[in-house]
Order: sequence, then C-alpha cells, then structure tokens
Amino acid sequence: MTLAKPARPSRSLPGFGLTLGFSLFYLSLLVLLPLSMVFLKTAGLSWEEFLGVVTDKRVVASYKLSFGTAFLAAVINLVFGILIAWVFTRYRFPFRRLLDGLIDLPFALPTAVAGIALTTLYAEQGWIGQWIPFKIVYTPIGITMALVFVGLPFVVRMVQPILQGLERELEEASYMMGATRLQTFQHIIFPEIVPAALTGFALTFARALGEYGSVVFIAGNMPMKTEITPLIIMTKLEQYDYAGATAIAVVMLVISFILLLCINGLQWWASRKTEEN
Amino acid sequence: MAIELSPEQTADVRKHATTEPAVVRIALIIMVTVFLILFLLFPLIIIFTQAFSKGWQVYLAAISDPDALSAIKLTLIVAAIAVPLNAVFGIAAAWCITKFRFKGKSIFITLIDLPFAVSPVIAGLVFVLLFGGQGVFGEWLFENDIKIIFAVPGIILATMFITFPFVARELIPIMQAQGSSEEEASMLLGASGWKTFIHVTLPNIKWGLLYGIILCNARAIGEFGAVSVVSGHIRGLTNTMPLHIEILYNEYQFTASFAVASLMSVAAIFTLVLKNFFEWKMDKGMGEKA
Amino acid sequence: MKKRFAVIWLSILVLLTGCLGKEDAADGTAKAEEKKEVTLLNVSYDPTREFYEEFNEAFSEYWQDEKGQKVSIQQSHGGSGKQGRSVIDGIEADVVTLALAGDIDEIAKHRELLPPDWQGKLEDNSTPYTSTIVFLVKKGNPKNIADWDDLVKEDVSVITPNPKTSGGARWNYLAAWIYAQEKFNDDENKTKQFVGDLYRNVEVLDTGARGATTTFVERKIGDVLLAWENEAFLSLDEFGEDTFEIITPSISILAEPPVAVVEKIVKKKGTEEVSEEYLKYLYTDIGQELAAKHYYRPRNEAILKKYSGQFPEMKLETIEYFDGWAKAQQEHFADGGTFDEIYTDSP
Repeated sequence: MTLAKPARPSRSLPGFGLTLGFSLFYLSLLVLLPLSMVFLKTAGLSWEEFLGVVTDKRVVASYKLSFGTAFLAAVINLVFGILIAWVFTRYRFPFRRLLDGLIDLPFALPTAVAGIALTTLYAEQGWIGQWIPFKIVYTPIGITMALVFVGLPFVVRMVQPILQGLERELEEASYMMGATRLQTFQHIIFPEIVPAALTGFALTFARALGEYGSVVFIAGNMPMKTEITPLIIMTKLEQYDYAGATAIAVVMLVISFILLLCINGLQWWASRKTEEN
Repeated sequence: MAIELSPEQTADVRKHATTEPAVVRIALIIMVTVFLILFLLFPLIIIFTQAFSKGWQVYLAAISDPDALSAIKLTLIVAAIAVPLNAVFGIAAAWCITKFRFKGKSIFITLIDLPFAVSPVIAGLVFVLLFGGQGVFGEWLFENDIKIIFAVPGIILATMFITFPFVARELIPIMQAQGSSEEEASMLLGASGWKTFIHVTLPNIKWGLLYGIILCNARAIGEFGAVSVVSGHIRGLTNTMPLHIEILYNEYQFTASFAVASLMSVAAIFTLVLKNFFEWKMDKGMGEKA
Repeated sequence: MKKRFAVIWLSILVLLTGCLGKEDAADGTAKAEEKKEVTLLNVSYDPTREFYEEFNEAFSEYWQDEKGQKVSIQQSHGGSGKQGRSVIDGIEADVVTLALAGDIDEIAKHRELLPPDWQGKLEDNSTPYTSTIVFLVKKGNPKNIADWDDLVKEDVSVITPNPKTSGGARWNYLAAWIYAQEKFNDDENKTKQFVGDLYRNVEVLDTGARGATTTFVERKIGDVLLAWENEAFLSLDEFGEDTFEIITPSISILAEPPVAVVEKIVKKKGTEEVSEEYLKYLYTDIGQELAAKHYYRPRNEAILKKYSGQFPEMKLETIEYFDGWAKAQQEHFADGGTFDEIYTDSP
C-alpha cells in the first residue's frame, strides 16, 4: 500500500529461492487449492445450468442489493473518509486523538458484535432508532449502515498520510496567485489524494460485497428485498444445493479478483504519480 | 517569485492559505464528530451498557460460564496458531517481493490480497468442499478418523485463510521504502544471510511487523462468517467467542451475550491502543532515520 | 525487546499446551479407573436447547445407574437444514434430532450415513414428541387475530422464518396452506393467492426459528409471530405472560420432529448401544414428562392427558396431507416451487 518510491531490488541478497518457494507453497496450499475447489465443483454443472443458477431472479435481486448497498456504503465512506482525514490532519480540537484512535475500531471489533450492536441501536425501539422517523433496521438502509461501519477505516487510513505529507507551500502559492480556498482544494489538494481515495474506495467496496457477519443481524433477509448474495450462498447450502452455492461463489470470486486487479492498478498509478513529482 | 513579505504578511498568508474560515472549520469538525459518535462510539457504548444492565454478578456469571470459558480458550488457541504462521509467511513473502525482481510479481501480490476480498462465507465453503464428508479428502479422512471440518483444525484453517494477507500487506511497503542497501552492506562485511536478517532487517521492520501481527490477531479473534460455516457449533468444543455470542443471543440471554461481546470489545480497544503505540514507534523510527 | 517478546510468546504457548496436556492426563486416569467414558453428539435444531439440556442430564444419570458408565452428551443447535448439512459434511453426530423428516431423508441420501428406511426404526414414525404451529401476539391481541384469515388483512404484519432455511418455517407454510386449501375447497389458485398474501405481509424473514422469535419479542417488530407451540410457550416463560399471549388457530399441522441414530458414525465410534438407548429413553415416562414440561406434545396418551390444560385440542393434519415430505419439499420449497413463486411473480 505504499506510495514511497520502490527501492532498487538486488540480486546479491540470499534467500530468494527459500522465501519465494515457501510463500508460493503456503499460498497454494492455503488459498489457491481451496479456492480451486469452487471452480471444480461448479464444473459439475453444464453451462446452461450454471447460467440458470446465477441469473435466477432471486439471485439477480441479491446482486443488485449487494452491489447497490456496497457501492453506496463505499461512496459514503469516500466522502466522509476524505472529510475525516482532512479534519484530523488540519484542525486541532478536543478529543481529536481519541476519535482518531477509534477510527480503526471496525477492524478490531468482531463483525457479529458490530451487527448486534447496530441492530440494538437503530431498531425502532433503540436509543437512536426511536428518534428517526423512517425504518433503518431490516431495510437496505440498515445493510448500508452496517457496511459503512465495516469499511469506515479504509479511506481515512489511505488519505491521511497523503494529506500529512502535502507541502503547504503549494497552497500558499496558490493563495498568493489569487485562488480561492475552494479552487485551491479543487486544483491543488484534490488531485493529490485522488489515487489513495480511490484505492480506499475500492477496498471498502470489495470488503462490503462479501460481508456477512454484521449484515445478517440487521438485514431482515427478505427474498428480493433484503437478501444479500453471501446469504443466498448460505441458503443454497442449507438446502443441500452445493453446485448452486458454488456457482454463485464463482461469480463473486471472479468479481473480487477483478476488483483486486483494479486496486493494484490504482496503486501502480498512484506510485507513478508520486515518482513524477 | 521573489516577493518580500513582512512577518505579519507571512503569517497572514499562512493563515488564509492553509485553512478555512472558522465557520467552515467548526461545521466540518461537528459533522465529523457527530458521524463518528453515531457510527463508532455509540455501538461501543451500547455493548457495555447492555452487558452491565443486570449488574456485576450477572456479568461475571456470564463470562465465567464453562461454555464461555471454553470459547475463550478455543479462540486464543486458534489465534496462537494462525497468527504466527501467517507472520512467518508475511515475512517470507515480503522478503522475496521487495528484495528481488521476478516475473509474475504483480500477480503474486494480487493473489496474496485475494483472501481479503473473498467473502468469509466462501472462505468457509472451500474448506468444506475440500475436507467435508463429500469433499475430495472426505472419505479418506473419515476412514482414518482425522477430523478437520467441525473440529479445531478446520476453524484454524478458515481463520488462517481470512487473516492470510495482513502481515504481508503491512511489511511489503515498509521493506520497499527501506530498500536493500543496509542488507547489502552487511553481506559485504561478511555476515551470513540469516544473521543479516536478524540483525539488520528485523530491527528495521519490528514495529511494522508487530503492527501487522496485532491487526492479524484482531481479525483472527473476531472472525464470524467463515468460522460459522466450518465450526458445527458443538457447545464447549467448537464454539469460538463470536459464535458463542450468537448462541447466547439466540437463547434470550441478551445480557450474557453482550457481556462476552464486551470482553471482545475490550480486546478491540486494547488492540487499538497497541496499534497506536506501534504506529507512534514506527513514525519515530522513520523520523530518526530521516 | 526481541528476546523478551519471544520469551512471552513461548510461555503463552507452553501455558496453552500445558492446559491441554493436563486435561488429557486427567482423562487418562479416569479411563483406567472405571468403564470408559463415552461422549455422544446430538445434532439438533433450534428450539430444543432447553429440553435437551435437561433430558441429557436425566439420561446421563440413568445410564450411570444402569451401566455404571459415564456418558456426556454434547449438543449442537442451529437451523434444521444447516444442521443436516453439517452431518452430511462430516460432523460426527451419533444422533440427529431435527425439525422434519425431510432433513433426515437428505442425510440418508448421502454417504450411506443412514438406511433409507430409518423412520421405521422407532415407534410413531421415530417422533417421540410432536408440536404444532400457533400464533403469538401482543397481550390483549390489539389486532384481534383469531385465525389464519386474519393474517392476510392489510394492516397485519407477520413474522415467520424463511422456509428455505428453517424447518419450523416449513411447518408454518404448510399449516397456512392446509387452512387455505380447506377453506377454498381444494382450489389451488385461491390457495396460492392466500398463502402469497400472507407472506406478502411478512416483514422480516429470519433464517431460523429463534431469530424470528427474537425479532418479534425483543425487537418488537410485527403483530403476530408464527411459531412452534413450544417456542411460543417459552417466550411466555421468558418475557412474562403479561406481555404476550398465544392464539390457537382453528386448524394447524401436526409437526413431527423425528430422531434417528446415524448408523455409519456410531459404528465407527462404537456407540451403537448407548445411542439407541438414548433415543429410546425419549419414549420412557421420564422422557415424555420432560418433553411435556418443555411444551412438546408427548406421544404417551396418559402423559398428554395430564398436561391437557396446556395443550388445547386442535384439528391437526399430518404431513400425509401433502403425501409425505419428499413431495411437499419438491412442490413447495425447492427452487421454483410455490414459495419462490410468491416472491418472483409479485409486482
């Protein structure tokens, strides 16, 4: 995740064979072999059957929900993430350090605990839920909120170091040349944080797509309305439909992989950008 | 651009150029604070208020219940095995990625990240497909009486899968930024590869390593989805803390459920404190170097 | 620092392994002293937690007195389908006590874990206790719900779990179906319409029976919960009779949660005898009393009569109304069945 200039790799150091061999072995055993099982199991289905399963109305509705809520959560986290990073690096106010430390809570708190806590808070009788005129829990809004919680730290933690490293002279120069604060932000600051913010966005999105633990408590799980894709996989499994479950898993895996490629592409873009500067 | 500025003017420029009017500033601070309180602080507070809503006795009873204790023990064992293994992998992977050039490196890095983007449900599923009764090794395992799924090894495997990228991801950027010159110097002076690693590389990366380990550990302790698929939910045997919380919640023992959840929240807060400490150490280390 | 860290790490590991080792040693000496202790695993569905907790104690005592052998019974609970899948996937259950015969049939189909005729092995279709589906409403019954046709009214919000994942929910669905089919004299379209209307009133479709109960009693969502009779009684116990009341509909289904020994596993573990005795103990007076105490309808007529105040007479149809589980599952709950139609055909 670095933006630092990569060092020149050297061939004179030992341990290449050992470390690469071990890493590849460990990776294959723990990740690749198990994941290949999903594809193997799906191969038992004919192409038509596969298409039938993954384009079933209920499944398609769940993609829409999972993608919609994950995207919305990622957008909210993008906006607030940049805002939070900005406020934390630029302003001094009471409890700033405490709040800053709290940002990583979603990484450390088990997702099931988060799900139960959010449901308790935002239920119609809950501390916060009772003050809100519309329903949150058991609606797509509730799902989005759980996903916002889970993905909160990503954008903040990606953007914060960039803002800290930003040279203020640029802003001063911009001011002296007569630019308004908004223009400065738009033309000087914003382009600097775009790659990092987008990486954070993609990470939030990828994480939110697959999230299960916190969502099942708050979702309501209504078919066509509040049923997320990971839950459909669970449902298929519980109906002894292994091929169906793995077929949907394949779709999700392929999407995850594409997203990851995008993230790595973004990071490559970001590191090139810093090199140019 | 040689404009001469008086000190007052400099201060004036600095003030206007790099910050916003007070109104905007305060509005933004309030917005961010409210957002964080609603999303982060309140959930944390409600866990503790619910946990203590029936007093200390109930709380203590909940966390000293034999099933709760066995869940705590299992969770610790799982983390104690999964985290060091992933740490060793993380160091090895970071070493070969940052110190050498080879073909397919970027695909290798993407593959390391993969578990991060895979839904926990799928992570559990793949191990069922491998080691489950109808899985590839299912019959063989059954005949030889080796239990993987619905037993501790399966839970450890699923946890290892989920926490796989954490240490590697933390170390790669640090080692990349530090470069290889110190190691090369050490080798030139005649130190062995192992010695170089222990005396040169490790001290440089130790705070980053600990930071990765602590994140890996937090995730390992808290994983729910993947573990839920492979655990089998046998009381006192294959329930980890998050699963135990779900069970209590389903048994109308809401207070007890929040009590165990509060223990996990304490662990989370402790993690955050450690993390901030390591971060601070890391910054200091970097600062001294620079 | 490095060293200190390593020392701490090592001592933690030693402590952990030490704990494990000690326990093994304790087990070892116990084994030498008397007959080897056996451990059974009972894989069950959601609402039986409280019942089996007490029943297991009773059986352990009985077995100790009878055979001088210590038996400890481990429990696993969850949605019936999920539990069935765990058994197929390799959880080493000696006995299964699930919500419906369909799930045990499914186990019998895979890996030869059970013979296909398992349901004939014990009396009464291998179901030592039965239950039915009733309504749980808020105290005072503010929406005046008396029977199934009150559930399709527009302003009534219903809570029931998802039949795809929950065994209890399948009984709920079939009970509603029976009512409609009787009401409309076997007119299938009207029956479908009725059940569809009912499910369109469902606000939250939890994955398991317990989840649905929690949603209703704790989150206070919905006007009526379709629940197992025993689950409904349990809610009254937990939350007080002044908060909820039970409504018995004019007609419902006789839910038969069956039990079976998983033969392939007990053969391997050598626990055939104790597992069979464990299930048979459910049919004894003690087992039947305990079932009744936990609000399951006992098969034993005398004991059922003793608790008749608790179990009102209702018109109950069995699964034979649908020609058995295999057919009911295929027609209603398989992908593309009548349940799916409700959600995919509605606007």
